[in-house]
Amino acid sequence: MTEAPVPAPSPADERPVAARVRDLTKTYGEGEARVVALDAVSVDLFAGEFTAVMGPSGSGKSTLMHCAAALDSADSGTVVVGGTELGRLKDKELTRLRRDTLGFVFQAFNLVPTLTAEENILLPLSIAGRKPDREWYDGVVAAVGLGDRLGHRPNQLSGGQQQRVAVARALVGRPTIVFADEPTGNLDSRSGAEVLGLLRRSVDEFGQTVVMVTHDPLAAAHTDRVVFLADGRVVDELRDPTAEAILERMTAFDAREPRP
Amino acid sequence: MIRVALKSLLGRKVRLLMSTFAIVLGVAFVTGTFMFTDTLNRSFTAIFASSVGDVVVSPVEPQRGGPTAVTIPASVVEDLAAVEGAARADGNVTSIGTFVVDPDGKVVGGQGAPGLAANYTDAPAGQGLEGLRIVTGEVPEGIDEVALDEATAERAGYAVGDVVSLVTSGARATLSPTLVGLVGYGEGGGLNGATLTVFDTATAQELYLDGQDAYSDVWVTAAEGVSQEDLRDAVAAEVPASYSVLTGDEAAEENASALLEAISFITTFLLVFAGVALVVGSFLIVNTFSILVAQRSRELALLRALGASRRQVTRSVLLEAFVLGLVGSTLGLGLGMVLAQGIRALFANFGLDMSGTPMVLAPRTVLAAYAVGVVVTVVAAYLPARRSARIEPVQALRDDIAMPEGSIHRRMLVGSALIVVGAAAMATGLLADVPQPVWWVGLGILAVLLGVSAASPVISRPFLAMAAAGYRRAFGTVGTLAGENARRNPRRTTATASALMIGLALVTTMTILGRSAGASVDQTIEENFSGDVVVSNAVGVPFSPQVANALEGDPAVGSVTRVRFAQLEVEGETRFGIGIDPGSVTDVVTLEMVDGDIAGLGPGEVLLAEDEADESGLGVGDEVVIAMPTGEQRLEVVGVYVPTPFAAAPFMVAVETLREGGYPDEDNSLFLTRATPDGQEALITAARDATTDIPLISVKDQEGYAEEQRAPIDQLLLLIYGLLGLALVIAVLGIVNTLALSVIERTREVGLLRAVGLSRAQLRRMIGLESVVIAVLGTLLGVVMGIVFGLALLSAFADEGLEAVVVPYGQLLGFVVAAVVVGVLAALLPARRAARLDVLQAIATE
Repeated sequence: MTEAPVPAPSPADERPVAARVRDLTKTYGEGEARVVALDAVSVDLFAGEFTAVMGPSGSGKSTLMHCAAALDSADSGTVVVGGTELGRLKDKELTRLRRDTLGFVFQAFNLVPTLTAEENILLPLSIAGRKPDREWYDGVVAAVGLGDRLGHRPNQLSGGQQQRVAVARALVGRPTIVFADEPTGNLDSRSGAEVLGLLRRSVDEFGQTVVMVTHDPLAAAHTDRVVFLADGRVVDELRDPTAEAILERMTAFDAREPRP
Repeated sequence: MIRVALKSLLGRKVRLLMSTFAIVLGVAFVTGTFMFTDTLNRSFTAIFASSVGDVVVSPVEPQRGGPTAVTIPASVVEDLAAVEGAARADGNVTSIGTFVVDPDGKVVGGQGAPGLAANYTDAPAGQGLEGLRIVTGEVPEGIDEVALDEATAERAGYAVGDVVSLVTSGARATLSPTLVGLVGYGEGGGLNGATLTVFDTATAQELYLDGQDAYSDVWVTAAEGVSQEDLRDAVAAEVPASYSVLTGDEAAEENASALLEAISFITTFLLVFAGVALVVGSFLIVNTFSILVAQRSRELALLRALGASRRQVTRSVLLEAFVLGLVGSTLGLGLGMVLAQGIRALFANFGLDMSGTPMVLAPRTVLAAYAVGVVVTVVAAYLPARRSARIEPVQALRDDIAMPEGSIHRRMLVGSALIVVGAAAMATGLLADVPQPVWWVGLGILAVLLGVSAASPVISRPFLAMAAAGYRRAFGTVGTLAGENARRNPRRTTATASALMIGLALVTTMTILGRSAGASVDQTIEENFSGDVVVSNAVGVPFSPQVANALEGDPAVGSVTRVRFAQLEVEGETRFGIGIDPGSVTDVVTLEMVDGDIAGLGPGEVLLAEDEADESGLGVGDEVVIAMPTGEQRLEVVGVYVPTPFAAAPFMVAVETLREGGYPDEDNSLFLTRATPDGQEALITAARDATTDIPLISVKDQEGYAEEQRAPIDQLLLLIYGLLGLALVIAVLGIVNTLALSVIERTREVGLLRAVGLSRAQLRRMIGLESVVIAVLGTLLGVVMGIVFGLALLSAFADEGLEAVVVPYGQLLGFVVAAVVVGVLAALLPARRAARLDVLQAIATE
C-alpha cells in the first residue's frame, strides 16, 4: 500500500494565504514513549475560506491547530500567520498576536464566568484597550442572535448560546484567522448547527478566515475545504465537501490504516 | 478510605504545609510559654532552696511585705543557738538596693534586676545544703573590702584586686571597696540575673542597719537528727510572738510562690498570643480545607458513587486534618523549644538571667502541644468535612460541581447572635462587678470578632461591590476581572480577610489604648506637676537619702520633696501608701483637697484618697489602724484628697511617719523646684552634681520625666506589636494560600484569558488587585473593630486615670496603606505561578 501523495498547492490555489505551515514537526516524550504528533507537515490556510482539519484521534490535528494558533510551539518548521513568523516571537509578542490577529473558539469553557456575555465578547478588545468598531460589533451581535441575553452571565446561557458568544468574541476583533477546536463537540445537533451556520456566515458575509478542527463529518461538511491528517501527516484534502464524501474518505483511511 | 486520605495528603504537600504553618506557630507559642515558665520555676526553686536555713526567724510576718528596717537584736541569735535541737544560729543582714557599677559607669543587670546585699556567714542552708561560700579569694573585712557573686563580677569585668564601684540605698550613697573574693552557692544555683554584694557583718550592719548590732533575719541550723518542724516549734517558743518562724521549706515555698505569682502575668500574656495565633490559624485551615474539598468534589462524589458512606467521606477529610495536626504539632514543638530560648534571652535583657538553668521540657508541655495542635486542626476542618459529605454521588457525572453551601442568611443570623452575646459579655466585664472581668472582656471580644467573621460575607457586600466598581473604572478589564473574582466566592474572600481582621483589630485596640495611656501621662504631668526637676529611677528603685540631704543645702535648689512608696497592711490587706514631705509637696504637685489640709500633715496623721474615704466611710477626725513593720499604728485622718497619678495611693503620710514605722530610710524619687525663676540651668547642674556617682538614677526636667513615664507603655506596645505581628504573618500567609488555591481552581479560566490575549503582566495585576481587595477588606474591618474595642475599653477605664482619648487616625490610615502593600506582596507568588501556566495545558486541563 503506497502513501497518499502530499497534495502540492495547485495553480488554482493561488489565492491569498492567511497562514502558511512548512515542515512542522513536533514530538512528545522520549525513547520508547516517543510520539510523533506532527511529522513535517506543510499546509496553506487560505484567506476568506472555511477550512476543516480532520483525522482520527492522535492524528495530530489538534497539535497542528495549537501550533498554528500560537498556543504551542513546534520542534522544527515554520508557521507564518499574516506575514509574521511565530517561531521567533517571545511570549509578549505571542500574547499580542493572539489578542490582535487571532480568534479562538474552544470545545468547552470558552467564557469567563464572572463576566456578562457582552463583556465576554468585548474581552480581547478591552484587554488590548481598544474600542470596538460599533458597526462591526452590531453586525456580529446581530449575526449571533443573542438579542436581549447580552447582559446575562454564562451560567444563565445554554451551551449553544455560550458557544455563539464565544464565536462572537472570536469575530469581534476582526482577526486574521479564527481557530475553532471542536466547537460543536459538547452541543446537541441543533445547537451545533447554529454555531456552524454562524461560522459559515462569518466567512460568506464578512470574508473571515476560519480553521476548525473536528472529527464530525457533518460539521466538516459546512466548510470549503477539508484537510485530512493521519499519524502526523497531511494525507489528503477535499474541496467543497459533502458529508458523504468526507465519510467515504475517512472510511477509506480506516480501512487502509486500521487503528489498534 | 484511610489510604485515600493519606494519598491525598501526600499529593498536596506544599499547600498543606502552608496551612500547617499556622498550627506550628500557635503550638510553638504554647510550648515556648510552658517551657519558659517551667524553667523559670525550677531556677527560682533552686535559688530559694539554698537561700534559706533550716529555720528562718524574721522580725515581722512576711506578708507584711516589702523591705523593712525592723531588726532582731544580736542577743536573740545567741539565745537561739542554745535552743534544744539547734546546732547553730547565724544572723543575716540583707538589703536590696545595692548595685554594682561596671567600669563604664553602667549598672550591672540593668534597671530590672534586684541588687542584693548581705553579710558573710558560713551558715549552711536548710536540709544540710551548702549555703553561700567563698569560691575564690577571701572573706571581705571592713568597709574597704567586698565580695561579689561570680556571675556579677564576670559581667562587670571585675577581678579580685580591682576597686569596685557600688551604689547603695543605705546611709552611704556610693562606695569604692576592693574586690577581695568571689562567692557562689554550694548547690551551683544562679541568681537569675540579680547581683549580690557581700560585706563582713559589722560593715553590713553599719551600712544597712544604722550600725545597730542586730540582724535582718536569723537562720537556725538543726542538729543531727532534728527535723525542721521540731526545731521550728522549739525556736518559736523562745522568740517574741510578733516574730515569724518558718521552716526552710516553708520559707522557700513562700518566697518562690510570691515571686512566681508576680511574674505569672508573663504566662498569661504569652498564652493569650498563642490563642490569637491559633484562632487566626484556624481560619486559614477552614479556608484551605474548604478549597481543597471543593477541588476534589468530583473525586469525593466518585467515592460516594462507588459506595462510600457520608460518614466515610467526612472521616477521610478529618483524618487528613488529624495527620496534618500531628505534623504541625511536632514542628511547633520543635519551634517552641527555640522560642523558649528566645524568650529566655529576651528576659535576660531585662535582668532576669536564667542561663544557669537548663531548659525544662515537661511531659505536660508535649501533651499540651499535641492536644492543642490536633484539636484545633480537626475542629477547623470539621465544617468543610461535613460539607464534603453532602456532595451527591450523581455529581460525579456532571461537568461543573458546585459545593453545597450553607445558607448565607443563617451565617448572618449566627454572626449577629455572636456579636450581641460578645458585646453583652464585654459590657458585663467592663461595667458590672463580676469575678474575672478580664475573661468576660476577652471572650466577649473573641465572640464579637468571630461573629463579624461569620457575618462578613453579608457585611462586606457593599465594600466588595464598591471595590469592583472602583477597579472597573480605574483598571479597565483587568480591574473588572479582579473585582468580580473577589466577589465570586464571598465566603472565601471574607474568611481570608477575617484572619487579617482579627490581628488588626487587636493591633488597633492596643494602639489606641497605648496612645491614650501615653497622652494621659502627658496630660496628668502637665496638669498636676509643677516641679522643675525630677530625680528618680525609671522603675522606682530606691536610692540613698544622701542625695536629698546634699540637694537641700544647695543654693540653686528652691525646695526638695521626697517621695517614698510603702506597702501598708490595713485590715489584713496589703495596700499602697505614699510618703511625702508635707511642707513642700504643694510646690511641685497640684493636689486638690476635698477636705482638710495637707500642710498640717504630721506624725500620727494620714490623708485618705477620696475613693478610699468613700469606701471605708472614714473622714477627717477618724482613725485608721495601719500595720507597719514596727507594729500597728493608729493614725488620725486629717484630710481627703482627689487621687491623681501623682497621688494614686489610697493613703498618704509624711516621710517621717514611714521611717518611724520601720521602713528603710530610702527615697524613691525627689521633686525639685528652682531657687530663682531663671535658675533652671543651675538647678539641673546641681542635681546632676549630686547624682553623678549614682548611675542608677537620672535627672529629668518635666518633659524628660513625661518621656520616662511613657517609655514603659511604648515598650509594652512594641512587644505587643511584635507578638501580634506573628498573627498578621499567619493572616498574610492565608491570603497567599487562598490566592494560590484560587489560581489552581481557575486554571482553565486563566488559560482562556491568556489564549484570548491577556498578557502575563495583566494576569499578575489581576491577581494582585484581588489580593489587595482581600487585604484592605481585612484591614478596614480590623481597624473599625479595633476603634470600637479601643473606645469601649477606654471609656471603661476612664475612672482609672486613662482620661485622654487618642485615636491615631494617621497611624490607622498607615495600616490601610500598609495593607495595600501587603496585598501586592501576598499576590507575588500566586501571580507568578499563574503567569507561568502553560496556556495549552491550562486549556487542556480536565
